Amino acid sequence: MSTVLDRFGTVADPLVEINGLTVAFDGVKVLHGIDLSVARGEAVGLVGESGCGKSVTWLAALGLLPKKASVSGNVRLGSTELIDAEPDVLDTVRGGRIAMIFQDPASALNPVLRLGKQVGEALALHGGLSGAAIRAEARRLFDLVGIPDAARRLDAFPHELSGGQNQRVMIAMALAGKPDLLVADEPTTALDATIQAQILELLTKIRRETDMALVLISHDLGVISQTCDRVCVMYAGRIIETAEAQSLFDTPLHPYTQGLIAALPPLEGVRRRLDPIEGNVPEPWNLPPGCAFAPRCPRRGEACDAGVPPLAWKAPGRFAACIKALQAEPVRPREPVYA
Amino acid sequence: MLRFFFLRLGRAALTVALVVTFAFVVLRLSGDPALIIMSVDAPPEAIAAFRKAWGLDDPIWLQYLRYFSAIGQGELGQSMRDGRPALELVAERIPATLALTLPALALKLGIGIPAGIYASLHRDSLIDRIVMVTAVAGFTVPSFVLGLVLVLIFSVQLGWLPSGGQESWRHAILPVLTLGIGGAAVLARFTRSAMLEVLGQSYIRTASAKGVPWPAVVRGHALPNAAVPTVTIVGFMVGSLIAGAVVVESVFSWPGVGRLLVVSVANRDLAIVQCILLLVAITMVSANLIVDLLYGVLDPRLRSGAKAGAH
Amino acid sequence: MSAPLLQTRNVTRCYGMRKGLLGRSVEVRAVDGVSLTVERGRTLGLVGESGSGKSTTGRLALGLEKPDAGDVLFKGAAMPGTDSLAWRQMRARMQMIYQDPLGALDRRLQIVEQVREPFDVHGLGQPKEREALAFALLQSVGLRADQGRRYPHELSGGQRQRAVIARALATKPDLLVCDEPVSALDVSIQAQVINLLVDIQQELGLGLLFISHDLKVIRQVSHRVAVMYLGRIVEEGEADLLLSNPAHPYTEALVSAAPVPGRRTRPRIVLQGDPPNPAARPSGCAFHPRCHAARERCKVESPLLKPMPDGRLAACHVAHDQANFLKAAS
Repeated sequence: MSTVLDRFGTVADPLVEINGLTVAFDGVKVLHGIDLSVARGEAVGLVGESGCGKSVTWLAALGLLPKKASVSGNVRLGSTELIDAEPDVLDTVRGGRIAMIFQDPASALNPVLRLGKQVGEALALHGGLSGAAIRAEARRLFDLVGIPDAARRLDAFPHELSGGQNQRVMIAMALAGKPDLLVADEPTTALDATIQAQILELLTKIRRETDMALVLISHDLGVISQTCDRVCVMYAGRIIETAEAQSLFDTPLHPYTQGLIAALPPLEGVRRRLDPIEGNVPEPWNLPPGCAFAPRCPRRGEACDAGVPPLAWKAPGRFAACIKALQAEPVRPREPVYA
Repeated sequence: MLRFFFLRLGRAALTVALVVTFAFVVLRLSGDPALIIMSVDAPPEAIAAFRKAWGLDDPIWLQYLRYFSAIGQGELGQSMRDGRPALELVAERIPATLALTLPALALKLGIGIPAGIYASLHRDSLIDRIVMVTAVAGFTVPSFVLGLVLVLIFSVQLGWLPSGGQESWRHAILPVLTLGIGGAAVLARFTRSAMLEVLGQSYIRTASAKGVPWPAVVRGHALPNAAVPTVTIVGFMVGSLIAGAVVVESVFSWPGVGRLLVVSVANRDLAIVQCILLLVAITMVSANLIVDLLYGVLDPRLRSGAKAGAH
Repeated sequence: MSAPLLQTRNVTRCYGMRKGLLGRSVEVRAVDGVSLTVERGRTLGLVGESGSGKSTTGRLALGLEKPDAGDVLFKGAAMPGTDSLAWRQMRARMQMIYQDPLGALDRRLQIVEQVREPFDVHGLGQPKEREALAFALLQSVGLRADQGRRYPHELSGGQRQRAVIARALATKPDLLVCDEPVSALDVSIQAQVINLLVDIQQELGLGLLFISHDLKVIRQVSHRVAVMYLGRIVEEGEADLLLSNPAHPYTEALVSAAPVPGRRTRPRIVLQGDPPNPAARPSGCAFHPRCHAARERCKVESPLLKPMPDGRLAACHVAHDQANFLKAAS
């Protein structure tokens, strides 16, 4: 499923809409106003290097950051505003409307509680189930996510399962509340390649079957490319490019996206010397005056230091925060027709 | 689980045996009991008779073996002072000591654990700082100093409470406070750091992310995990129920096991000292054993004991 | 022809592993009869998942662990016993680079002091010149003098890994064993370090044993590639041949599972089942429970690693049968 962005970069009838989301830790801004909308059933990828703010965006949206983080902006789920929402509002949304799974499933599950209990907790909270119905439903979920010998695994503890199986448990737990959106934060980073493939396939299968939207957060362009319809590339706390997945990888517009793709060793074709992006990601407390990528950018001009470039329309469905980015296709967008 | 239990049991027995041996060696090294009991200017014949009566003339290894096998049979000897069975003498002091240490333990648990949990949940708040400052003060101040300060305030200045003796329950208040405050402080700090460690874990975030209300996250997810390290220190406190009051009993002239120990050491009354040491070792070791078993109950990872292999 | 730089011949390394509390210790073969050759100026990529024994193989190659069977030859000579003087002298000729550069560096010392240390330890160069030598090394890996004066935590991950590489080069080694050297780094930084390693190899003619789980990185740096599964090598050959046209079904699955951005050109094979447990090695071919091509024979008979017609080595009944069939047909 592919979602077309309008000229303002939002989807029609968004499930979740983030506007101007800003996060600061101890006065240091790590997120500089994120605008992002997710449509029903859509798979959006958030990609970027460590510290770019891709995880913080969703932790902030769900109120899961530590208290010392100061968050501002808006995150709307339908008519519900999530930023500064009351705890009971957040508790209904978390797990019920928006579920989240994390990297390293072994530490994301409570080591002293049986898996069945951890999944059952979500079922009791969001499914209104109790007693034997919980166990039956938990078992069904375990079967659904492909955990062999589900009945026995319900009584197991996390350390008795492999990393891949634990991530399946996390997914089962996330599905318990029948959420409209699953946010998967680096769900396969701690797993082996063959297990990663299993988990990505499972996520895709579930999405196909339930029409649940997916936000996949990853540092791995390959993982994102295989799983997502639309991709947002983040750098130093901002979204710097967003496009439909295929066109993003075919014709990246932002020099940073281009650099990321060029830095990746190919698995096929001629081996060539890699083109790394020179330099390092700037520290959040030491950002350059204009475009945060300018100091590493091969196309940098004087104007780049003058101000932060906005995420601007470059072609239908394509946005980039770069004043030097070429327009992808010099095609005029169709004017909307008002009846 | 059985294997785990027997392993720990064996270790416990070994610990007790080592303590018994240690007591024997130290006491024999520190001076001739005959000379001390009979005093140096006693007639040589009397000393010789005493030695013979108590088997002090036998080779040291024989004395050690006899001592060890006697203990094995529950025979702990007689007091060299008044000839009564050592165990009896010690046993009649135990209630007095427990009258101090049990209320003190309740105080430690009742104040220390809630204070620690509260401080961890309100980290860097005013109350957290107060708890922590009190805690640091509580366990850096030695118990005899604390005891004396309490006496100065409540007995000497205010005249509310007696400063020593064992006549009524009011006499127990100051020693119990002295014992309890320090322990509560240690426990508060320990619980707080255990909780902070657990609250930073990824599974706490997972619980919040699935919509568990915060109080339930704390109760259902954080506390069971924080219990594991906290149980260690509580076990230690339970283990010192018998011997933990030596200093306080002396300060408040409370006739418990601790005072008996101090007096008996001064008198070189070997049988009594050995008996107390053995008792202390057994309570300590039993408490440890219970803690080990509790670990298994609290943390399933320790229960199955499966070691991760090399990769 | 002179002896290869590094050779392992049927090295085996076992660990005791206890299963449960009542279970007795089970012997686990982390590495099981592995024979590898690293030539001067060439890179052998060693790829596998967790539990495959690739890191243990790396430590065996350096003599950091003693094999329970088989032997390790460095320039044709047997590896002297660990901690002997001869071993220490030999160790100067071979260096290791780990995944976590922060753990490999001393937090209390400036970078340049740590790079200088090998000169002091091995008595290389005049004492007065050593610091200059260290700065020259830092420059050669792309670190400036002011960066050399910093402490490890003041550098980024990529810069730290450069510092570790500089220190490893101080003794002018002939062999570098790199265990996941870029896995902890971001993509853009990863490329910098990969390029650096390739440049250094060309310049100094080093032999590299490059251990990684990332096929894309392995392909970028390796001349030959060996794929490990449960302690054994299941396929070995020229990097391009092996990765573009895998013979072993496991290699095939690994290649197809590697996430690549953009359009994929081959169908994805998703292996079922968990990663293998070294303590419960399946009978016959260890891969057969997860293998789409497995036959009856694979369950009982362990395949030998033997040459295919195109020169690579593979340990797979099916691959050899197919190759033989094709040869017979043509």
